[in-house]
Amino acid sequence: MTTQQAKPALQSGQMSAGAIADNFTDLHPPFSTLQAMAESNRCLYCYDAPCVTACPTSIDIPSFIRKISTGNPDGAAKTILSANIMGGTCARACPTEVLCEQACVRNVAEDEAVEIGSLQRYAVDHLMARNLPHPFKRAAATGKKIAVIGAGPAGLSCAHRAAMLGHDVTVFEAKPKPGGLNEYGLAAYKMTNDFAQREVEFLLGIGGITIEYGKALGRNIALGDIKASFDAVFVGVGLGATNNLGLAGEAASGVDDAIDFIEELRQASDKSTMPVGNSVVVIGGGNTAIDAAVQAKRLGADEVTLVYRRGPENMSATEFEQELAKINGVIVRYWAKPVEIKANGRLMGMVFEKTALDDSGKLVGTGETFEIKTDQVLKAIGQKIKTDDLAGMEISGGKIVVDDTYQTTAPGIFAGGDCIKSGEDLTVQSVEDGKCAAIAMDAFLKTA
Amino acid sequence: MADLSCKIAGIDSLNPFWLASAPPTDKKYNVVRAFQAGWGGVVWKTLGIDPPVVNVSSRYGAHHDQNRRLLGINNIELISDRPLALNLQEIRECRAEWPDHVIIGSMMAPIEERAWKDLAQQIAESGVHGLELNLGCPHGMCERGMGSAIGQVPEMVEQVTRWVKEAVDIPVFTKLTPNITNILWSAEAALKGGADAVSLINTVNSIISVDLDQMVPEPVVDGKGTHGGYCGSAVKPIALNMVAEIARAPETRALEISGIGGITTWKDAAEFMALGSNAVQVCTAAMIYGFRVVDDLVDGMSQWMDDQGYTSVDQFTRKAVPQVANWNELNMNFDTKAVIDPDKCIECGRCHIACEDTSHQAIAMNAKPEGGKEFVVIDEECVGCNLCYHICPVPDCITMEPVKTDKPYMTWPQHPLNPMRDAAE
Repeated sequence: MTTQQAKPALQSGQMSAGAIADNFTDLHPPFSTLQAMAESNRCLYCYDAPCVTACPTSIDIPSFIRKISTGNPDGAAKTILSANIMGGTCARACPTEVLCEQACVRNVAEDEAVEIGSLQRYAVDHLMARNLPHPFKRAAATGKKIAVIGAGPAGLSCAHRAAMLGHDVTVFEAKPKPGGLNEYGLAAYKMTNDFAQREVEFLLGIGGITIEYGKALGRNIALGDIKASFDAVFVGVGLGATNNLGLAGEAASGVDDAIDFIEELRQASDKSTMPVGNSVVVIGGGNTAIDAAVQAKRLGADEVTLVYRRGPENMSATEFEQELAKINGVIVRYWAKPVEIKANGRLMGMVFEKTALDDSGKLVGTGETFEIKTDQVLKAIGQKIKTDDLAGMEISGGKIVVDDTYQTTAPGIFAGGDCIKSGEDLTVQSVEDGKCAAIAMDAFLKTA
Repeated sequence: MADLSCKIAGIDSLNPFWLASAPPTDKKYNVVRAFQAGWGGVVWKTLGIDPPVVNVSSRYGAHHDQNRRLLGINNIELISDRPLALNLQEIRECRAEWPDHVIIGSMMAPIEERAWKDLAQQIAESGVHGLELNLGCPHGMCERGMGSAIGQVPEMVEQVTRWVKEAVDIPVFTKLTPNITNILWSAEAALKGGADAVSLINTVNSIISVDLDQMVPEPVVDGKGTHGGYCGSAVKPIALNMVAEIARAPETRALEISGIGGITTWKDAAEFMALGSNAVQVCTAAMIYGFRVVDDLVDGMSQWMDDQGYTSVDQFTRKAVPQVANWNELNMNFDTKAVIDPDKCIECGRCHIACEDTSHQAIAMNAKPEGGKEFVVIDEECVGCNLCYHICPVPDCITMEPVKTDKPYMTWPQHPLNPMRDAAE
């Protein structure tokens, strides 16, 4: 056994490269044919099924599962993709435990839902592995041009459906790669083998979609110019800014945004080169906080503490995600809020004040504090929209205002995904927004 | 997507999937829902001579597997219990509203010429594409001299078919009962009577279960039960054989066939068509899941056709028929052996115990030095029976691999051990 030695902060290679590689394989390994047959036969093929209602994209789940069970996995994949062109990512990243699987009728009698997510992945992977021609055809060309801003799930879903409806689409993407949070935001063990890029390549197979990279609103493109040269515009820019703690010393080295950490990790082809602290503190209670904490632990951080200002029942991270943090050895501390960053050029520690609800139900500090020695703090306390470049449309409550056809208050400009208030800020909701917005834009262009 | 349109007895259909004459095609409401769901046609529930029959309450029994999946249903329901005029009016409406969809009128009558001819003409006048003669119902109606009481007598099958052919000028399907000794006799009789096609099989005579508390066969009707007609995936093998027999016999191969019997998935339908059916009829699968099962039939079949390179259904219809042979034509020198993939094996032990107890003691169960068990086929003992291959719960874990041989194709009539061996060979 090697002797434990004190290490300087933020080193990579806290574990062997092999161990780290193992830690970043599929969180849920794909189904074998045997598993897919057994699980598909557990589905009761319900009518007016609650799982379909629970899916933001309304995938016809009983039908696709039946097709798996009859030996038609490619037909199953088409059923999925016709409702959700990013069914592959959603199969991997959806919190199915609070969506389709939570609604499964098998829960009632057996407390054990059909594993819809894994079955969906089985079908979509089966189709994509065959490299067949793209399964959907474009309608006759309309001669209309649509601009999509942002090549994330909402933008790409919108682009695909608009191309299918016969429009020509140009997507403007700030980053060098497409996929948005599918590429940069999801935990690495949910999206192995470069799946986000493979999925985008598959999606673009419909034809009629051009992506221009390195084009960001406010940097080198402007909404007004785009509006002038296209028949309709879809804004799917997501949430480009992060919230701050509002504490002195927040700029200290070692205090980072969790989404930047997650992004850097996703982009590292060799995860063992990714620096991580010895004692990591993650602040927040959502799935981003869990993704950061679990991945820090899996990179070899000695101690990872997740601190949340309220109790477990208040966390927006699902029960499954909270459990995942615990089984990965993440220490979770509830009812505490950060009050002081201890730094000496470099981060040294973080002071928290315990919290409680007062008689009126308001969250208040109790005055009691504790300190965690830490060399890396990852902030996962929420993101917000960058409003500077969205002049001309109404923004309310930190989201772009849209009507029920996804049109903003600026005529001809539509929006969807995390930058609007639809359902939860989830990939699957963004895909639905993009799809519905494309259908609405098509109707708009027919009457315009 | 492959073209699923087909033609049977001269009738064009959007796809080969029709609903069989049964409760799902009882009235306009059901038929419209079926067409909306994507069925290419329906055979209307059997019409008889007024006054309509009266049905009992408690009509279906069920054969489940241990997971409560329905393998088969038996029923004691009779033919349409609605007035003939009402049915004919609804048929007229459906024909007018759904001109591209096929409607066949199913009918039955006592064994009297006038009865058959009058009823056939009345139904034909409603605009149906064809008539189907129900000579198969094995319960209730046969006690009144109809259904299988006619279908079990080849001379009557021929007679009834001829009467109807004389009365109408639309295609006639004679529906055959499986409750006979040799399907070819009734098929040949239908052909002689002038049938444009045969539909088969009707339900199999059955008692499906017994209520052991009441000591009554199910379904129980106030303390008594009766035999009924068995259908569903459990009867598929019986039906497939009868279809294949008709398709390959020189006397009957000219008959077109509407295949029926437990068709549940697209694959079942493709098998019926490969063995001789020009189109198929479905009932039980729809009764279990609703009309939406047609979605998988259509989608799965066209997906499979695309994968196989078939662009129309006639390219595979009857394609397996030439390979259906008599036992005496099989190659006695063919040898196949089971191969077990140890990487896929989950060590359930079922291949071993099945072979050890009931077959040829050809699968050894050995303790592995590192713990666990391995299952090894003893080639000298394996006769290639396929039992282990079929019972193994893991797909592709056990495969059957033909043994390479230089031996010639040799049938039993040519075999040296055959005491009746043809001296001329």
